[in-house]
Order: sequence, then C-alpha cells, then structure tokens
Amino acid sequence: MSSTFKAMVRVFLKAGVLDVQGKAVEQALHGLGFPGVADVRVGRLIQFEVAAADADEARTQVEAMCRRLLANPVIESFEVEIA
Amino acid sequence: MTSTSVTGPVTGPVPGLAGALQSGLKAEEYALIVKRLNREPNAVELGLFSVMWSEHCSYKSSRRHLRRFPTTGEVVIQGPGENAGVVDLGDGQACVFKMESHNHPSFIEPYQGAATGVGGIMRDVFTMGARPIALLNALRFGDPADPRTRRLVSGVVSGIGGYGNCVGVPTVGGEVNFHRGYNGNILVNAMCVGLAETDKIFYSAAPGPHLPVVYFGSKTGRDGIHGATMASAEFDAESEAKRPTVQVGDPFAEKLLIEATLELMASGAVAAIQDMGAAGLTSSSVEMAGKGGVGLELDLDRVPQREAGMSAYEMMLSESQERMLAILSPGREADAEAIFARWGLDAAVIGTTTETGRIVLRHRGEVVCDLPLAPLTDDAPLYDRPHTAPAKAPRLKAADIPAPEDWAQALIRLLGSPDLASRRWIWEQYDRHVMADSLEESDTGADAAVVRVHGARKAVAMTCDCTPRYVAADPLEGGKQAVAEAWRNLCAVGARPLAITDNLNFGNPEKPHIMGQIVAAIEGMSQACRALDFPVVSGNVSLYNETDGEAIPPTPVVGGVGLLAEASRRAVYSNLKAGQTLILVGETHGELGASLYLRDVLGREDGAPPPVDLERERAAGELVRALIADDGVRTVHDLSDGGLIVAVAEMALASGVGVKAQAPAGPPVGALFGEDQGRYLIAVDQAAPVLARAAAAGVAAAIIGRAGGETLAVEGLFSVSLACLRDAHEGWLPAFMAGSVNASAET
Repeated sequence: MSSTFKAMVRVFLKAGVLDVQGKAVEQALHGLGFPGVADVRVGRLIQFEVAAADADEARTQVEAMCRRLLANPVIESFEVEIA
Repeated sequence: MTSTSVTGPVTGPVPGLAGALQSGLKAEEYALIVKRLNREPNAVELGLFSVMWSEHCSYKSSRRHLRRFPTTGEVVIQGPGENAGVVDLGDGQACVFKMESHNHPSFIEPYQGAATGVGGIMRDVFTMGARPIALLNALRFGDPADPRTRRLVSGVVSGIGGYGNCVGVPTVGGEVNFHRGYNGNILVNAMCVGLAETDKIFYSAAPGPHLPVVYFGSKTGRDGIHGATMASAEFDAESEAKRPTVQVGDPFAEKLLIEATLELMASGAVAAIQDMGAAGLTSSSVEMAGKGGVGLELDLDRVPQREAGMSAYEMMLSESQERMLAILSPGREADAEAIFARWGLDAAVIGTTTETGRIVLRHRGEVVCDLPLAPLTDDAPLYDRPHTAPAKAPRLKAADIPAPEDWAQALIRLLGSPDLASRRWIWEQYDRHVMADSLEESDTGADAAVVRVHGARKAVAMTCDCTPRYVAADPLEGGKQAVAEAWRNLCAVGARPLAITDNLNFGNPEKPHIMGQIVAAIEGMSQACRALDFPVVSGNVSLYNETDGEAIPPTPVVGGVGLLAEASRRAVYSNLKAGQTLILVGETHGELGASLYLRDVLGREDGAPPPVDLERERAAGELVRALIADDGVRTVHDLSDGGLIVAVAEMALASGVGVKAQAPAGPPVGALFGEDQGRYLIAVDQAAPVLARAAAAGVAAAIIGRAGGETLAVEGLFSVSLACLRDAHEGWLPAFMAGSVNASAET
C-alpha cells in the first residue's frame, strides 16, 4: 500500500560558490535604502506530492530526484523535508 | 619564517614531499625546489610552486617545441608571451586576439565551465588595452550516442551564450565536432578578438620598484582553487571529488571590469596590468614581478574577500572570476579609486613592488611566504619528453574506394551527419549582432566571420579550424592542414590573412606516442605558418586530455585573423544566383583517406589525410583574394569536409538555388567526395575572365556546373531536391537535442 507524502526541497548554492543573483539582490536592496543588508543568498523552494510506501522511501526517491534534476550537485546543496 | 595559520575548508597541502605530490608536483621537481631554496617550502610556498610549475602555467612539456613556430612578421606588434597577441591593422589600429581552453571545467560543470572560459579569454584581450569585439568557439563533444553528450552540448552552449550575450560581445563563429574520442573529455576552446590603438597597448611587466599594486574586480572566494593543476592532470573516476573547484562567472561584473579597465588605462594611471586567470593571484603577481625583474610585497589582509577566514593559501590559489591586478604609476591611487567606485568594483591597494627580486606575502601579521621569484618563473622545469614518430597511415587510391550504392542517399547522409549538419540550434542561442558591427556571422553563409572596425571601411575576418581526424591519421599533415584551412577560410571571404592563435589540445605528454603527435603537429603547423606568412602571435596548450588512460584525438585548433581593407569587397557562399557558372579552383585527385565519406558513409576511419601542398595553397588563395578584390567575385566557398559535392550543396542550400554539376575527371567517388586541399568553389556570371586570370596565375580552374532550379544534380549520377537536402541538414541537431534521434557519429 502506498500513501502520499508532501515533499519540500530547498536548494541553495554551496558555501563558497559565487551567488550572482544574491549579489544583484544585495546591491538592489542597498540602492533602495536598506544599507544594513549583507550576505544575501538566493535559493529555491520546490514542493510536490510523491507516492511511496513510507516516509523513508519517499525521502530516498526525492533525494534521487534532487541529485538528477532538482539540484545541480556540482555547485548546489539541497535539503529534503517529507511530511 | 613562520608557517601560516590555516582555517577554512581548503587547508592546502601538508608541507613536504607528500604535499608536493598531492599538489601535482613530481618527486624530482620537489627535490629541485628544495635545492633552489636551500630549505623546505611551507604550505603556501608549495602552493605557489605547484601552480607556477604546472603544465598549464609553465608549458614545461611543450615549450621546447613551441619555439619552432614563426612568431614575427611585418604585421606582428606582440607575439606569444603576453596575455594575447597583437597585429597591426594600419591607421594606428591593432587587433588583439587569443584562444584558450576550458576543457576540464566544462566537462565537470558545462554551463559554468564554458561561461568562465569565455570570460577568461575576454580578460586576456582587454588586459592588453583592447575592447573585445567578437567571440568564437571551437567545441568537441563525444559520440552523440553517449548518454552524457546531449547534456554537455546543452550546458556548454547555454554557458557560452549566457556569458557572451550578457556581457555584450557578439559570438560570431566557431566549429563543432562529435567523436567518441571526446566522450570523457570534451574540448571547449574560446577565442576573443579585440581592437586597440597601436600606441596604447598595455603589458604585464612591472616597470620598477616602489609602485602600488592594486587589486580590482570581484571579491576573492574559495572557488576554483587548484584549477591550473586540475587542467594539468588526467581525469579519472575520482574527478567527481574535484567538483568544488568549479568557478562561477558573473558576466555583468565582467562588463563593469571591461569599462573600468579601459577607463583606467585611458587615464594614464596604469603602469602594468594582468588579469587573474588560472592560478589567480599567484600567477598574475609572480608574472608581473618576474617579467619586470622586480620584487613584490603583498598584504593579503587587504585582498577583498567574499568569505570570512580564508587562508593565505586559498587566497593565492583562488580562481574567482572577474579580477585584475595592476601596477599603478606613482601617486595615481586616488584617480584609480574614483574609477573603481564609479563602476562599483571592489578594489584595494594590496602591496608594492620592491627591489628585492622576492615575493613576500603577509597575512594576519605574519610572513607566510618569502621566495625568490626566479625559481618560480625561470627555473620551472623544461622537459624534452621522449617522443616516437607517429605511424603513417597508408595513402588510399580513389579507384579502390567503393562508390555509394545510392549517390543521393550518401549526400543526404553526409549533410545530416553530426559533423556537417547545420549548427543553427547552437548559434541561434548566441547574440551575434550586439555592438552592431557584425557583417558576416554564423547565419550569413560565410567561411569566416567578418566584423567591421567601428566607424571604418575596413573589417577583421576571423575563423577557427582543425580537422582532428586528419591530425590523428598524420599529425604533420594534419597540423599543416589546420593552419591551411584557417588561411583558406580567410581568403574565401576576401581577407588578407594576418596571423594565428593556437590552442593545442592533446593527451598525456609523458607517453611517447602522444608527445610524438605534439611534436609532429607543431612541426606541420610551423611549416604552414612559414609558407603562408601566417605567424603565431598567441596560444594555449592543453595537455593531459585523457580519461582512464584514453587520450582524445589530437586537436591543435588554429584561430586565424585577417584584414579586409575595404569591407564591402568580400565574398560569401549564400548569394549564388540562377544562371551563374560554378568554377572549381585548385586540383582534384580524389583524396579519400580520413575523409568524412569514408567515416560516415562507409564506416571506416583509415587512410592518410589529404596532403597539403603549401605552394599551391598559397597560389590558389592569392588568386581568390585577387578575384574578390579586383574582379567583383562575391560568391566563394572553401572546400573542406565532405569535398566538392558537399561544398556545392552548402552553397545551393545557403542561397536557395539548385545546381547542375559535372563531376571532375577521375573516379566520381573521389571527384565528388575527395577532400583534396587548396580548393575553392566560386560562382560568376562570366567564366572566361576568371579562367584566364587563373591560367595566368598557374592555378587550376575548371567549370563544374551552372546554378538554377530547385534540385542538386550531378550529370549521369543523381538528382535530389534541395528541400530533401535541407531537411537532412537542418534536422539532425534539433532532433538530437530534443532526444528524438540518438545517431552515432561513427556509422
């Protein structure tokens, strides 16, 4: 029997990798009058439902999806939440 | 001497022999370092040696052989040894250009690898004082049937477009090959062409002591540490673990860097300048001080840093992108600061030049490196690696080669093969027109790209070429052919060929048969450069292109640049008109060895490549240029891959006009598909004056057909509609990228 799980995946650039988008956001915020902003990092959040026998299997599946499509493991790290 | 305190994830090598081996040095090289210094180097110093003595920075295997290249000539302003070569365009204008590889990074992370390759080669050009005006790329991918190939093509092409399009420099040309020999080691060679004024060229040698050293551009992070040593090592299954060394490019930062650098130069504040490329701060500082015969003291605490807690080792070896190092004229710090502030760049005076001939680095109040510069630069090992002469493949006779069962099908197959199919899917992703001076680019049907010198009547023509299957079959002839083809492509648009840059991609030079390929290819290229007055002004060597001991096909890419004194007098192959007569210039003997017909129709990769007769090459090229300049000839195509019938088909397709052709004498398979060198196809309204001029020049020329209709026909052999040829030619690459064909390059 399989049930449906809600998966939430957070993808961020690995520490040390230049975050061009984060840099642009930071500069724009400074330009808008928020001088206190520093160290902006931009990532993304991916939500979906996945059918699996149990939470462990759902997590294994989602992690495989992250490695193959949802994240670029060369420069990005990811966190998986299963609910 | 105190040792460095190291924090953060990349701690650098452990001192001593173990650390040296881990950083890519050989035991005997480490012994040499200890002997020169009279002591053991610490971790930071070992890091400096490991990058400066890497193949990438020191050319230790190839330098001895590269000396054979002719590097001087009446147009040469600066030959190899600077960031890029410089040639004279007349009227006080100069063309600055270079090609460089980013092979290993592009295999690991195709988008960023290719993007930063484009960024890096542009910095080499504007560091010399030139504004980049055009980009080209020579790409080699694995077998289309290899599951990794599609992703690599997609990533590399997006990366080139992503960077070039954002920075605002047009990508105007290039070449692409597919072969299983590149399955585990693709080649991404990027070329940049820039324009400068002849009296405002900037060099890297520090002019004297007591001058401020200024860092500007992006901040330094932990990316790309040890890229130079990665570029000098073979790939193996553990390359996965090397992944964090990938750099990320920021094209918008590069645009600011271009403008700030050119403005800083115009202000008169720059005494010497160098971009931070491979081996970052280490190679830029060591080379500037070394060339100038001065010393250098840097305070690493002043280096703009993206992350907290970076060690001296990390800062010296980081390959963060979009960074420059300049030595300023005395007292110009404030002017420079104002320019950097206007362009929003991070900048800092990080040290001064000294009289000591030593490089001294301070970090957190301690001296972390104190080395004499000479051993880093001049004492880098110079190897005369053993090399064995490559075995010669036998010359094939056209009479022994089977003709195709179906001529039309053979032509369709070739035009739709991975190496000849239209590259539209690729170049449509590139901005080819930004800056508004692109006269001929990938879309217009010209053998070389043509970019106008802004505001002038003249234009620069550019191309990059190599036929790896020829080089594999005979490195000497293949080396000659790469130079000759670049020269021919420039002549075909009507440009006077000026000089070349080269990008020598080979396997592991410690293997005698690979070293043999390198030596023979350089010899062949040198012969062609001499015979064609086409000197080498810059270049790059990429060795150790191997995966699990399997070397890539030898790929010495030539980037040629030529001058069109009057841009309106140029030729393309896309303006054939019905009723025009087609003339074949040059001799046809039916050379089918190492041809595309043999490989892609018969499934054979054997035979000697077509020999290059450099005297005939020169005579044919000079004739074609004269016809374009004086006689109004505007339709020209060079003959290369696939031979005469492919050139006719490409001209017909690009122009939308059919052709009725007659095969030249000899077995038709050789006459139509033979890849004899030194040939051009031209189309004119009146054949007689052209034939007379060719006869006077002692160059073979013969009428081979007439334009008209909507089919391509060869008398007595076949007829096929242009629509059918077009489907094959335009269809393969989009279908491959969409995943709907999985055709192999080899059958």
